[in-house]
Order: sequence, then C-alpha cells, then structure tokens
Amino acid sequence: MAKKELQPSLKTSHIPAGTSWIGYNLSRMKSQRQLMWMSFPFIAFIAIFAYGPLWGWLMAFQNYRPGIGFMEQDWVGVDHFRTLFTDPTFLRVIRNTLAMSLISLFLGFVGSIGLALLLNELRMILFKRVVQTVSYLPHFLSWIIVTGIVANVLSTETGIVNVLLTKLGLIDAPINFFAEPKYFWGIVGLSSMWKEIGWGTIIYLAAMASINPSLYEAASIDGAGRFRKMFNVTLPSIKPTIIILLIINVGNVLNAGFEIQYLLGNGLVQDVSETIDIFVLKYGINLGNYSLATAAGIFKSVVSLVLIFIANGIAKSLGEERLI
Amino acid sequence: MKRFRRRRSLGDSIFSIMNGIFMLLVMVVTLYPFLNTIAVSFNNGLDTIRGGIYLWPREWTLQNYVSVFQNPNLTQAAFVSVARTVVGTVVQLFCTAMLAYVLSRKEYMFNKLVTTLFVVTMYFSGGLIPGYMLIKQVGLLNSFWVYIIPGLIGVFNMIVIRTYIQGLSEGLIESAKMDGAGDFRIFMRIVLPLSKPVLATVALFIAVGQWNSWFDSMLYTAGNRNLTTLQYELMKLLSSATSQGGTVNVDSYKNVTNMVTPVSIRAAITVVTAMPIVLLYPFLQKYFVTGLTIGGVKE
Repeated sequence: MAKKELQPSLKTSHIPAGTSWIGYNLSRMKSQRQLMWMSFPFIAFIAIFAYGPLWGWLMAFQNYRPGIGFMEQDWVGVDHFRTLFTDPTFLRVIRNTLAMSLISLFLGFVGSIGLALLLNELRMILFKRVVQTVSYLPHFLSWIIVTGIVANVLSTETGIVNVLLTKLGLIDAPINFFAEPKYFWGIVGLSSMWKEIGWGTIIYLAAMASINPSLYEAASIDGAGRFRKMFNVTLPSIKPTIIILLIINVGNVLNAGFEIQYLLGNGLVQDVSETIDIFVLKYGINLGNYSLATAAGIFKSVVSLVLIFIANGIAKSLGEERLI
Repeated sequence: MKRFRRRRSLGDSIFSIMNGIFMLLVMVVTLYPFLNTIAVSFNNGLDTIRGGIYLWPREWTLQNYVSVFQNPNLTQAAFVSVARTVVGTVVQLFCTAMLAYVLSRKEYMFNKLVTTLFVVTMYFSGGLIPGYMLIKQVGLLNSFWVYIIPGLIGVFNMIVIRTYIQGLSEGLIESAKMDGAGDFRIFMRIVLPLSKPVLATVALFIAVGQWNSWFDSMLYTAGNRNLTTLQYELMKLLSSATSQGGTVNVDSYKNVTNMVTPVSIRAAITVVTAMPIVLLYPFLQKYFVTGLTIGGVKE
C-alpha cells in the first residue's frame, strides 16, 4: 500500500487532461532537473564500474588473448566450465571455500549469540560497556594486522599458545601451526571468531534490549532461574533476528574467504587453504589465464545469487521480512 | 519457600561470578595479543627469540621503530595511506550523501530504478578479472585515483544515510523549495548540516575501510612503488614471514643495526599500522555502534 502511494504520478489518471504521456514526463523531468543532474554522474558511474565489467563475462566463453578485440577472439563455448568441473584443484578449492566458510559461520553465530546472552546478564553497566568496547576492537583492524597478531600468538619460538601448551605439559615440542594442513581450517575459524565476535553481538544485544521486561517478571514468578530465563525467554525472543542474519549469511557462503586464507596460506598448506577467490587471482592475474579465471568467478557469482534467492524464499515462507 | 529462595539467590550469585570471570577471560584473550605485540616491538629483536616476553619488554629498545621509520618505502607508504584515507573519506562521503539525498526524494522519477541498480551490486559483481580489465581500460592502473574512484558510492552507507534523511522533516525541504531553493542548494545548506550524526558515522566507516585496504594496492598499483600503502607493505613483510622458513626480507632494515629480527620488525610495523585506529577507537566507538544500529534497522 505504501509503495503505491510513493509513485502516484506514474498512474495514467494523474496525467492532466490534454497532455501526452511523453509531454507529461518531459515536463516532470524538467521540474526536477536538479535531481537529474545530481544523479547523472552516479548513474554513469555505476554503469561503468559495476555493470561495465559484466561484458567481461564473455571472456569465459572465449580463449581470451590480450591485445585482440573482444569480438575477434576464438569462441569456445562452455569448454572452460567443463575444464573447471573436471579439475581436481578446482573441486578441492570449492570444498575449502565451503568448509572454511561454514566453520567460520558456525563459530561466529554460536560465539556472538553466546557472548550476547552473557553480556545481557551482566548487571554492572560499566563493566558491560568495558567488555563490549574491548570485544569490538579487533573488528576495526585490518586482516593484515590480525594475521600478524595470529602469527605472533602461534609462533613456534615465542607464541603464547606454544608456551602454554608446553608449560602445561600437553606437548613436548612447539607445534609449527602454519606448516600443518590439519590445523589450518581451525586457525581460520578461530581467527575470524576472534576478530568479529564482539561486533556480531551488537545486533543481538539491540534485539535483547527490546524484549518486554514483563516476560522476565512472569518467568521469575513461575520460578525460573537465570539459565531458564536465558533459554526460555531471551533466546526465543531474538529468534527472528537470528534467522534473518543466518539467511543473509547464506548468500555469502562462497564469498567468505579471501583475505585471511591468502595472508596465512603458504606452500605447505595450500591444499586446504586455497579458496575460489584465491584460485581466480592465481589463474587470472598471476598466470594470465583470464578465461578460466573468469569462468570460476561466474560460477561463484551465479551460485551466490541462487543461494540468495533461495534464502529470500525461505525468509518469505517463514513470514520474515524479505531481504531483496 | 524461604529455603527455595535462598538457593536461587545463591545460584544467582554463582552465575554472576562465573559470568564475570568469563568476561574477564574474554578481555584477556582479546587484549593480550595486542599488548604482547607492543611489548615485542619495544624489545631487542635478538633477545625476543629467547622467549619469555609477555606484557613488558625485557631489553628496551627503539631500534625496531628506528628501522621502520628509516625505511624510505615505509614512510612513503604511510604518506599514501594517510592521503587515501583523507581524500577517499571526503570524496566518498560527499558522493554517497548526494546520491542518498536524491534517492530520498519521493518525486525523483527514476527513484526505484536507480535504487535497484545500486542495491543489486551489493550482491552481484562482474568479478575480479573483468573488474581488473576495466580498471586497466579506463586507465586507473598505477594511479592514485584507483583508491578513490571505484569506491565512490558505498551502497550500504548510502542506504544508512538515506534512511536518516527520510527521517528529517519534510516541511523543512518543502519550505526551502517555496523560497526558491533548488535541490542542490537544499542538499548543501539544509540536509548536510542536519545529517551530521549519520555523516560522522559513515565517515568513520569509510575511513577505517580506506586505512585498512590493501588488496587494491596489491592488484592495481603493484608496479608503482610510490603508490603502495602501509597495509600492503606490512602484508609483504608478513607473508614472507608466515611462509615456510620464516625468512623475512629484513635485509633492507639490517643496514641500521643487526639487532632487529623478522619478529621484532613485524611487531613494530603492526603497531605502527594499528596505532591510528587503536588511539582513535575509544572516541569513535559510540558512533560505530549507532551506525550499525541505524543500518541494521533498515536492512
């Protein structure tokens, strides 16, 4: 309803009698020419910088060689896609992307919701503020700095993790965490959690702040302790928020993973560290195989879009607000 | 009945204490790595390797920092980082706000079309390779402006500002129109000054993004030493440190002294790169949170 009210003038009935549709719209454009001028640069900008690159998708269907015009290239159809899906490297890259993305997603969700629940129970407001302020801090640091810190914490010589593990007698010799593939996904997941957990609590805490206090009072009268209240009042109340954030993140499943993997990865762990984005960078920019890399990029975009539509559909059927 | 109550309040206080201890633990886990990195950055590099540096340097030295600041690459990179942060924030904030104003006007004819065109790009893009080729074609490769122009509009930020502008009194704008002010004038004289809180929030988002960005530097300006950023220089150093063997190209720092090691140099650059954010953070934190809440409500 509100939507229709926004654009009443688009309806034919609003065109004054004796004016043509074209004439009417021209006069409208004239009356808002300043808005037109103000928006024109941005329309041009987005046409060039956001939609322009879509032409480049044609490269995925050619054997693109630089220096020749776009239309004079050899067309090869879906050959590059066929290569991709039979290439064990690419399949491994998809696996890595999904695995690390899901691990980070899970740890991030559980961590943020858990921390938000506990923060919500803190009664000393000042203490709560301090903890929050401290926990947001890593969000504002670049992945470069964070990976530097992670490298420092896990280093074999002086890293605190190795020092603690050795002093507790759990290990005999320091572990070189960056040399062993079996630790890589865990390192990525925990680093992401460390960086984003505090930031993730903001929305949950906002949702918790709007819970009706009488629900807690009623629960108290029924004899509920603090754990009971957390699980039977707080959690169900923020369920819509949790669901919507989960849905938003589904569309990003193939997106989550470039910087940290690129920065922490090395030759020894590349079987488990390379993600789709790194694959694209390596084949496209470093090896100059534009066509194959573009095909991989298209795959990622299309799958992400499909996931977003599915998520959107789920959101709709659950009666939540739609995303798009 | 009475007993029941007492037990509950006992459980209550145990819970509170455990919760408090857990929160202290969260703070330690978050802060320790920073403090340790700072301690290492002030400690003699060779001494650090012996281990045992936790929160306080054992052999104080400024050598690590002297090495960092005497490296001409790094001072140039710091200059570029500051420049792109300042210029980028001003230009992008202005452009994003202007588009937000246009799209907040209900009478604007292409409102729905333009909004959709921008929102779609939040979810969908041409990808790395086509994007790279475009940057190359429009001549932004190895140019300072590659840091500014491709990011002219932040769609999320635009939505945040638009939501705020829509909340301003319509009567204000209407009456300015009656007085003969055009849209651009209204934007500059009325909307911008009234939107200070949200603009501050978004400016901080943009500034942090600019300061932290390194990938564009690696991709688009790698051929030009005058245009690399601090983050990128740090990245080059770190990636050679975490990759096997841990040999860093510290040779360029060695000419100053042989007291520095990869670990100590890395710590010093990490501190230098993180410092602007860590120092400003306490003052900016409340704006960040407001910003996310504004955006979260709308999204």
